[in-house]
Order: sequence, then structure tokens, then C-alpha cells
Amino acid sequence: METKNYAASIQLPDTDLVFRNIRNAKRFAIDIGGSLTKIAYYSTVSHRKVLYNADKDSTTSVDGDEYHYESSETERLHFVKFETKYIEHWLDFIRNHLIQSRESMVGKSIKATGGGAYKYAELIQQKLGLMVEKEDEIGSLIKGCNFLLRNIPDEQFSYDRHGDPEYRFINTEPSIFPYLLVNIGSGVSIMKVEADDKYERIGGTSMGGGTFWGLGSLLTKARGFDELLHLASEGDHRNVDLLVKDIYGGDYSALGLTGGIIASSFGKAMHHGHTKTDDTPGFSEADIARSLLFTVSNDIGQIASLYAMLHGLKRVYFGGYFLRNHPVSMHTISFAINYWSRGGVQALFLRHEGYLGAIGAFLRGAEECDTEKYSWGENYAGSSGLQSPLPHPAVGGWPGGTIDQLEMDRCDQQLTFFPLLANPGEYKPDAVDLTKDKEARDYWLSCFESSLGSFVNRAISSQPNSPDSQERANKFRDKYLQRLRNLKNHPFAYGNLTVRSLLDMREHCLNEFDFPDPYLLQKKMENEHALKLLKDHLSMIDGLEYGCRQEALVRGVLAGNVFDWGAKEVVQLMEKGLGFKEAADKLQARPWLHDDLDAWIERQQKVPYKCAVIFLDNSGCDVVLGIIPFARELLGRGTRVILCANSKPALNDVTAEELVVLMKQVALLCPVLGKHLEDGTLCIRESGHASPCLDLSRLPQTLVEELVDWKCDLVVVEGMGRAVHTNLLTSFTCDSLKLAVIKNRWLAQRLGGEMFSVMCKYEAGTRKEEQTSKFPKIS
Amino acid sequence: MPGERKKGARRASDAVAREGDTSQASERSKNDAERSVNKGEGGVGDGSEETLPTTNGHTEPPPKTIKVTAGEMNGATSHHPAQDPTPPMPWFGMDIGGTLTKLVYFEPTDLSEAEEESEVETIKNIRRYLKSNKAYGETGHRDAHLQMESVCVGNRIGTLHFIRFPTSEMCQFLELCKSKGMASLASTICATGGGAYKFEEGFQREMNLTLHKFDELDSLISGIEYIEDNNMDSECYYFLNPRSPNLCQKITYDFSNPYPFLVVNIGSGVSILAVDGPDDYRRVSGTSLGGGTFLGLCCLLTGCNTFEEAIELAANGNNENIDKLVRDIYGGDYERFGLSGDIVACSFGHMNSAEKRANVSREDLACATLITITNNIGSIARMVAANEKIEKVLFVGNFLRVNPISMKLLSHAMEFWSEGKLKAIFLEHEGYFGAVGCLLELMKTGEQTTSSSTTTSG
Repeated sequence: METKNYAASIQLPDTDLVFRNIRNAKRFAIDIGGSLTKIAYYSTVSHRKVLYNADKDSTTSVDGDEYHYESSETERLHFVKFETKYIEHWLDFIRNHLIQSRESMVGKSIKATGGGAYKYAELIQQKLGLMVEKEDEIGSLIKGCNFLLRNIPDEQFSYDRHGDPEYRFINTEPSIFPYLLVNIGSGVSIMKVEADDKYERIGGTSMGGGTFWGLGSLLTKARGFDELLHLASEGDHRNVDLLVKDIYGGDYSALGLTGGIIASSFGKAMHHGHTKTDDTPGFSEADIARSLLFTVSNDIGQIASLYAMLHGLKRVYFGGYFLRNHPVSMHTISFAINYWSRGGVQALFLRHEGYLGAIGAFLRGAEECDTEKYSWGENYAGSSGLQSPLPHPAVGGWPGGTIDQLEMDRCDQQLTFFPLLANPGEYKPDAVDLTKDKEARDYWLSCFESSLGSFVNRAISSQPNSPDSQERANKFRDKYLQRLRNLKNHPFAYGNLTVRSLLDMREHCLNEFDFPDPYLLQKKMENEHALKLLKDHLSMIDGLEYGCRQEALVRGVLAGNVFDWGAKEVVQLMEKGLGFKEAADKLQARPWLHDDLDAWIERQQKVPYKCAVIFLDNSGCDVVLGIIPFARELLGRGTRVILCANSKPALNDVTAEELVVLMKQVALLCPVLGKHLEDGTLCIRESGHASPCLDLSRLPQTLVEELVDWKCDLVVVEGMGRAVHTNLLTSFTCDSLKLAVIKNRWLAQRLGGEMFSVMCKYEAGTRKEEQTSKFPKIS
Repeated sequence: MPGERKKGARRASDAVAREGDTSQASERSKNDAERSVNKGEGGVGDGSEETLPTTNGHTEPPPKTIKVTAGEMNGATSHHPAQDPTPPMPWFGMDIGGTLTKLVYFEPTDLSEAEEESEVETIKNIRRYLKSNKAYGETGHRDAHLQMESVCVGNRIGTLHFIRFPTSEMCQFLELCKSKGMASLASTICATGGGAYKFEEGFQREMNLTLHKFDELDSLISGIEYIEDNNMDSECYYFLNPRSPNLCQKITYDFSNPYPFLVVNIGSGVSILAVDGPDDYRRVSGTSLGGGTFLGLCCLLTGCNTFEEAIELAANGNNENIDKLVRDIYGGDYERFGLSGDIVACSFGHMNSAEKRANVSREDLACATLITITNNIGSIARMVAANEKIEKVLFVGNFLRVNPISMKLLSHAMEFWSEGKLKAIFLEHEGYFGAVGCLLELMKTGEQTTSSSTTTSG
């Protein structure tokens, strides 16, 4: 049955090569710095995708005709960083791998920025046949910065070398403006950014990366910026700098200056007015390099904080080659900012700081990236993490080493904040931050690693007729394993480490190796099974008196939620065959772990809601026997219901597309629901997600507008991924109901319960009125 | 009361008067300006004790109007000699900094015959020794040109002498004091600066002297106010046309209406204070990039040994061989952001090139270092002034000694980047205010000190 549906030939991306998918590159930009060059390109990636023939008459058919695989294109941005000294090799590499001949490039252009844009213009033109168009450096930086802040949730972080964790990622607020951008290149430019097109250079200093590099080259034998940084990391500045305690013998407590504070940089390097003695100096070249690094970083931090205070700005982002996420420099700058602003200004760094210029230059006039129309997301499978460059063998004239890259996939919509969050500025989806919680981190990393085998098997069996599925599945395994192991040492590599990021990373890796929907058959089978039970289930429900019915509906959702292929222990049960009644019996006895059932039932006695949005979880019993009856009850009371499902597959979660097909079948079984579907009082919407979790700061703009128009006053979030791993602690301006069954023994115990503990959390909205007019938008 | 500080009261009517004052002052000080500044930046000796005409030091200057309160005047005549609770002579104020120690010595010139007779030989010896020399040992110097005559301290009239030596020579200094019999004279010396804490034990051990420690910023502010009051006609000055070698003029600044003002004290490091009124100041900022950084880097880069040498090298160098200017990057001005091509875009920016490193001179290196440090201090001072909404910025400290390059750079930077709002003001007694303030503190503690000294000397 699969053979005929299997798309014939998909050109897989060159998964283990740098400059992935370069043959499909459509557009280029380059940022050439003194030591590092960044290339940005846009490509389309072919993916196998399941398409449903929703318009087909034979919607009742259950034997596989209603969907087929098709090859579909998705848009991707690639950013690759390499040392400028290898620029010629890489340009050759790109030329040799482009599908189009060099001649076809003639007349096309490449956007270029950075100090080397002019120097290498001719080389680029000669190698690639592209016209070089220079882009303003500062304008590019700001455009790149805005793009990253809007599209990568954990882009910004504060750094504290002595902190645990060292990296604290800051959530993006609905408005990213205003901010100060301090670009530390050779010199330092300081920009005040108030809107996309409103920014000015308000100052700067000539003491920047070039000063560190230049003075360092004069004072030490280190050659090159990196060598100098390395030298600095081994030195002790106290041998070169005059400290407060060298002058005072201790602290200068009247001014609150502790003895360790530097009173005079390089103050110990001076000879004291008489001819030099034979004494060797009390410091080494490493000490000098360290002192120099401190001198420059401190100074930049101080000047940046003065500008921030003068302009009343609290957020200061740092970019440019000087920092390069180097811990000592970030630490010194953070310290200086905090010290001089007395805590009033925060130094923030960007995970992809090195790419700002390249991204900005690329975005200039790139219509397909129109940030008004689309949002982008980081692809974990194709991106190297913070301080986790990917090892790579030699290519062409490049001797091999590590590669830093970032890949971003285009979402089909513009995403924005859920309009009914109580504190959108402080919204963090995840309940537990694994970067902070070592015990939880260790558990989840090993849990994901140990369950990897079953995912590999599932992936292979989902494409039984594909000759290379085994090979691809192995590649998937290797890639995900490499990521998991790197995260053990660098939990901060992709922002906050969370169960969500681990789940999403697995989905990204599966997709990367062309396993777009390993649970396709399973979902289909379970839906069919559940549909058979629906009619009787609905009659049973309808036979109950009001109060009992409300309880039965909630219990139905919970029983349905047991059917989760993401939960290892449940998978074992399901593989043996698990019935809906059996599942209901597994549920914890009341009182539940969190039990607001009575409050919810009481609320159901009062005025009906105007509009409810339900974020769905699994296919099969979950949606059919749990959610559909629950929604039907709301509809019966005159509430408009929006069923919000994943845009793309993740585990056995129902997708919006599948739901459309499914609801047509439901409509035949229950004409009342069919009528609601027809009238639009029951509708199906995409969540914009391809994840088992839910990030309420990234919902489709169109959905958000509807929620506002329809005066949505109830949000129902269902399942472990959406209501426990994420959003457990989120409060809303409207009423909310969070329903989930905890199907992980470790997590259940940690929350103070047992396996199959029930989370039933009903909360009244923080604001009853005026919840509709204003809603935040990422601007 | 003619001498009383009435700065607040004079403020309202000052604006018009000062215009006139300034132009007169510029006339008056034209000669001064030509003598000490217009030799250009190459004039390293300018203002130093060796090259300056030392008339002040050796001939009696015309009597000055001494700005003291009527009360003080009365005191000086009626209470004299000393029933006053003033401490016993000799009177010193000492500021032990990270690099230099500054010593202010008050020589009474109103000694009565009786006093002179009763004065112990040791005191006379010390006075003679200090007065007859301009250099002490290898590294001590007396800045004779700064000497102030006929000033009133502790109700006595006399001369203030200004002496400095490297803090690293503290041991030798203590030896010298011992050999001159200081230990037998007084029990207390007033000192400020970090060294007052660091060397306290040494003073106690070597000379049986208790250091009376005062806060260095309190001392600095009271010193500035005292000197400015006593040397009103010529203490403060600024530069007109600081960038022009031909038109640059040093002009006396009328500082009679001072508040609020910023003090940027550039010693080894830099402290920045906002002064809102008498005895009302805050330390608002500072930086570790100061004179010590300049000298330390210069020593490493050029092998020079002294501040004077470093300044002389700098005066003969060209930073354009070292620094990357805006035009080196943009080929001209960076018009989009209004940056002129000759602005330094990156200090030492050319020095990552081995080729360029091979072709630079010691002079160029010293020059770039001086400009880097000075511009940085200027930037920070300017930003602090903007944050504090203060327009007058006083630059003091020994970094400015024999250093017209920095003073002119600071003058230009303040004016240019603030679009004329800020004014850089300099003071003749650059680095000695802490020591002077300290001497004044000594007077306030007279009673206590007298009693203790009686017991010791008795």
C-alpha cells in the first residue's frame, strides 16, 4: 500500500558537509571581517511530506487512499562561519558545488559587508561571477540583531562566570525596542535602536578589538587575535595592574572600593623614575595580555553603561569580533556594566552574535524572507551550538577542524504572542530549566538517549519500502546522539535546555533524514479505532445528568491523554494493546495531584464562555473520545470552539491537516458537530507548531487575530508536553484549564505523585474585562 | 566680609561680569600663555621647574590680595603668636598616591623674634634644607614655580612649598626624614592617599610618627577650594583654539562662581567627582586607565624610564602611524554618522600588521599611547558630565604636569563632542590639591595634636 504513495526521488541535503545544500542556494550575502568571514545563503530544501486528499469524495474510505507522500520544498537560511584566511578555498568550494554554472550567476549579485568587503570584492566576483553590492555595516548589524531577537526565542543571555548556570537566557519580550547595540570591532560603535528603521550612532570609542590586537601584538609574541586571547586566558592581570590594595594596602572602604579593584591598569609596568635595574619584571607576557583584555573590556563596559544611562536604556547588546562569546571578555564587560550602572543596566549577549552582519546584509531586499510575512525558527539539526562547533574533516584547501553554522527554517506564517497571556513580557514556556536543574538534566538526557533505539526502529518501520531507510535512520541516531552528548557538557548550547528543546531537536533530526512522520500509520490506525467507539461513547455521555457529565468529559480527556507514544512506559502498554476503558482505570484516584475538577464543574454551571481555544495533543482516543465530546459540550452551551493542532507532525500528535479529515468522519457520526463545522462555530486551526510542546509566544498571527475578534475567554491546554513540560506555570487573563496525565514515573515522583498522576488545573483569568482590545505583537 | 566665599550669591550677577573678566584675563595672561604654552606641544619643559623662569621662587613677588575671611585676618593679628590650638611646626600635608607622593610644606614668614629664638635647630634645618634645594636625592623635586607666598594657613602667614617624589622611594624618604631629625619633632603627620594606609606602619616604626589619615577626596576638594581662593587671579585656566598651533591661547578662567562642577583627578588612575557646593561632593565615576596606564604602557612599548621622558617622546611622535583613523577605513569621512576622516577609529589599529610594526618609532608609540589614554579619559569625563548635567569640568592630577598635549586634547574633546556645552578647565597646582587639603585638615585638628605633641616632646 505504501509503494504507490512513496515519492520517487528526494534529493537529500548533503547532510554531513559544510555548506549544506549549497547546490540549491538561491541568494548570497557575505560578511568579511579581519579574522572571520560569515557567508549567508538561502536555499530550498526538499522534504517528503504527507498530503491529505481532503477534497476527495471518499472521505469515509479507511483504506489509505486519502493521503499520499509528496515532495515539498521548504525554505531555509544557512549561515556558515570560517576563518578569513581560507576565503579563497571556500569560494572555490562554493563554485564547484553550485548547480548553476558560473555563467548563470553573471548579472546576479552578492551583498557584502564588513571591513573586508572591499578588499575581497574582486576575488568574489572572479570566483563566483557575482556582482558585489556593499551594504552599510551598522545598518546590517541592526537588521540582523532585530531578526535574531524576533525569531530565536533564546537568543539573548546574560553571562556570569561564577554563576550557576553561567548563561542565563532571557525571554524575548513582545517589543524588542528600545535597546543599545555596542558593536566591538576594531573600534567600538554604540547605536541606539528604537525601531526597525529608527536608529542612530550615539557614540563609540577607539579602544576596541583592534586596540587589544594591536597593543597585544606589540607587547607579546602572540600572533593573531586568537593566540592573544588564548595567552590572556593564562595570565594574571594582578602582576601588571596596580590594584586598590597595592595603593591602600587593603580596601578603600570609604568609597566601597575593594582591594581587588584595579586602580591603575598597567600601573605596575612603569619604571619608577630611575634607570632600569637588571630586575626582570614581575610579570609575564600572558599577564600583559590578560591585563590588556581587562583594560579594553572594562573600558568598553564603562562607556557603554554611561551611554545606556544617559539615554535611559536598560538593555545593552554586545556584538562584534572582539567578544566572540569569549567567557573572560563577556565576564569583564558584564562586571563593568553592572558596576558602573550600579545594577541599573544589563549587559546582554547574543548566541549568534557573529552572524549579525551577514544576516542583516542578506535580509536587505530579500523578499522571500519578508519578516512581516514569515517567522523563522532555528533548526537544531543544522546548527552548531554555543561553544559547540561541529567537527568536520578537511575539504578542498581547508585543513579540517570545526565549523560553526546556523540554519533557520521558514515558518509558513508570521508568529506572535498569544493575546491572553497575563505577563507576555515575562512569558517562558518551559516549567523546568534544565540548565539550572542538574538532577533533571541528567535524568532527561539519559532518558532521551535510552529511548533513542525505539525511535530509530519506529522511523525505519514507517517507511518499509524505502531502500535506504536503515541508513538514514542510523544517521538520524548518530546526529541526535552527538547533540545529546554535547549537551551534557554544554547544556547552554541552544539556549535554555528544556524537555521541549530535547523533543524539538529529535523532531528536527528526524526531519533532516527524511522521516517527516514516523507515526503516520499508527495515528491513522488509532483514529480509525477510536472513531468506531465514538458513537456509543457520545450516547453514554448524553445519558448522564449535568454534573456527572462534566466529570465524565474531563475524565474522558484524561483517559485519552494516556495514549502517548512519546512516553516510554505507556508505549509498552500500547504495544500489548490498550483499551480506552483500561486507560481510564489507570488514572490516579481523586483527589488528583492537582485537582480543580470541582471548581471547573462549578464554573460550568455559570455563564457559558463565548469562545474557547483548545490546544490538542494525541491522535486516536485522545482527540476522538476525549476532546471531541468535551468540545461538543461547550458547543452545546453556545461557546465557539477552536481546535488548535500542530501544523506539522510531531510524535503521534494530531496535525491540523489530519484533524480536518478526521472531523469530516466525525461529522458523519454526529450531525450536530457537522452543523457546527459548517457554521464555523467549530473550527480547526494550525498552531504553527511542529512540536509536542507549546510555545505561546509563537502562534500564527491570523489565529491570534481571530481569538481577539471572537473574544476568546477560555483556553484549554492538553497533554504532558503542552500543559506540564510547558505552560504549567503560565497564567492567563482569561480562564484556563490545563489537563494532563503524567506518564513518566520520574517526573510524577518529582511532582509529588505516582505514574498516571492527574494534572487538572483550572484557573480564573487574571483580568475579566478589557482583555480583548490590546494584544501584544512582536514588533 | 570681603574674603568670604560668596559663590552662591555672586552667581546671579556673574554671567555678564565674567564675559568681561575673561577678556581682561586673556589680555593679562597673554604673556603667561605665550611663555608657557605657545611653544607648542614640543615644549616638554613647559611648566616644569627646570625651564620656567623662576622669578616666583627667588624674588619676592608683589604682595597678593589674600583671600581669607575677616575672622581669619583678625585672628592672624590679634591671636598671634600661638595661643591658638594650632599644631606645632613643622606643618606638612602629604598625599601618598599610587605613583607619586606629594608633599606640601608651610613655611611661616611671620615669625616673631621670640619665636625664632625659641625655635629648635631641627626645624630651622628642615626649612633651610627644603628651601635651598629644588631636588632631593635622585627623585625628589620641589616645584618652585608653584610656590605660593603670603598665604594664610592656621592663622599664620607664610609660604607654601610643593614637593613630590615617587611613592616607590618611600623608604628613602623615611631615611631622609630620620636623618633630618624629624622623628624628634612631631608625633603626627597628616597624610592622605592610599599610601597613608599602606605606609602607616612604616612611619610608626621608622620615625615613631603617627600618620593622621584623611580621606583623599575630602582633601582634594578642600585643597582645590583653598588654592583657588588664594590664587584666584591665575589658578584656573582654559585653552582657546586648542587645536591650532598658532591660535592656541592659555586663558585665565574666572572660577568665582564654580558650582556645580566636575573634578577629574588624573593620577595613576582616575577619579571623577561631582561637586555641588562647598563640602558637597560625590564620587560619580572613575577609570583605571590613567597616568599609570600611560606610563606603564610607555615603559613597556618604548623602554623609557620617566614620565617626563615619555611625554617628550610623545611630543615628537605621530599617532597616525599607529592608530587607524576613520579615513583609513572609509577612505574619508563616515558621513552617514557625521564622523570626520581624521578621527581615531581604532587606537593601535595598525599594529596588528607586522609590516607596520616594523616601521614605527618609539616617539610614535608614546604619542599614540598618550592620545589613547587622554581621549578615553575625555570620553568618560564628557559622558559623566552629561549624565550629571554639569558643564564645567576641572582636570587635575599629575598626569597633566608638563603635558600640554593632553590638556589641549581634553579641551578640544570636551568642546567638540558637546557642541560647545562643556568646558575643560585646568589648574596650575595640578597634582597638589590633596596634599594641600591634608595640610588644612591638620589645622582643624590642632588641639588634639598639640596636646599629644606636648607629651611626646616633653
